[in-house]
Amino acid sequence: MDFRETQPIYMQIADWACEQILLDKWTLDERAPSVRELGARLEVNPNTVARSYDFLENKEILVNKRGVGFFVASNAADKIREFRKERFFEEELPVVFKTMKLLGIGMEEVVKMNF
Amino acid sequence: MIQLENIDFGYSKKRLLFENLTLELSRGHIYGLLGKNGAGKTTLLKLISGLRFIQNGSATVLNENPALRKPQMLQEISFLPEELYTPALKVNDFVRAYAPFYPNFSHEQFQNYLTVFEHPDPKLKIDKMSSGEKKKVLIAFALACNSKILIMDEPTNALDIPSKAMFRKVMASVATEERIVIISTHQVRDLHSLIDSIIILDSGKIILNESAEKITEKLTFEALEDTANATDILYEEDSVRGKSVVRENTTQKETKLDIELLFNAVMLNKAKIQQLFNPKK
Repeated sequence: MDFRETQPIYMQIADWACEQILLDKWTLDERAPSVRELGARLEVNPNTVARSYDFLENKEILVNKRGVGFFVASNAADKIREFRKERFFEEELPVVFKTMKLLGIGMEEVVKMNF
Repeated sequence: MIQLENIDFGYSKKRLLFENLTLELSRGHIYGLLGKNGAGKTTLLKLISGLRFIQNGSATVLNENPALRKPQMLQEISFLPEELYTPALKVNDFVRAYAPFYPNFSHEQFQNYLTVFEHPDPKLKIDKMSSGEKKKVLIAFALACNSKILIMDEPTNALDIPSKAMFRKVMASVATEERIVIISTHQVRDLHSLIDSIIILDSGKIILNESAEKITEKLTFEALEDTANATDILYEEDSVRGKSVVRENTTQKETKLDIELLFNAVMLNKAKIQQLFNPKK
């Protein structure tokens, strides 16, 4: 992973984990990699990975089964979309609007793009 | 686990390097010890490991006074110095001579680390190796000691590019909750994802000792197109995207800690940043 973005590393790891879940690489019945495993794999301090997992647990995307490890929550995909949507409207969209304003692009022009 | 309280130390009686310095380090962290040349980083590490003795105050390392150099303390400290000690011994003889001082030393791990770092020629005598090869042997040795305290002074200097990545991988896997790791370095780009707490030493004083989490709670690190309308700037420098800026964090949102920027900001604005982290004083 490349940690050059402006997001804190723990958040980048959380995003990456969400992607693994949406791509079905981390599945429901499987234990997520341990903090230590993932730390070594991503060359990151295990405390940082622990913080990412705490965050994902808070968002009800991961479930901590004491003594066993972290598992993907049954409705993780919905929760991920919920939280990503929130972030899209709060953080990502304002940047797009700012660029549109800067370049003089109107909404009609965007709608015409028909994505 | 490591406590220095109001310590004094100087190489000459007339001029103290440390005066009334206090520092507490706890297990479960990788500390990055930063400071300009001559700030006292190596001396601080020597005081912790019993290689130099404090002149006033109290020092406690693993419940012992490091100046007493008790075996039960020393066997739990691995110290990789910047200037490596490299006797004219083959690796096997080096291990045979020094591993017995560390009861938790693992020969299996040692061999494994040499393999991981792709040491090209472990059959050579250590003093005949290149500086990167020497470093690989001594890092492998320090890690294989399985000590509670792991001190590394500029560990990534002289390491080749793949070994730096392997070093980060290995360090992330050996940083356990029972262990204190202290890495003194100028190469913060090599290690920024590894360090979770930052100690900044300047002219013999601890200017900052905070977790990365606390730092990003108090400070933001951003790229701004221009800083004409920006307030509360603690430090700025030119970058390809305009300006790289350190500001007081007035929101709940965290940005990614940029250790180089942090260091420069602290050097420029010591009093203000210290006040931000210790508002009482």
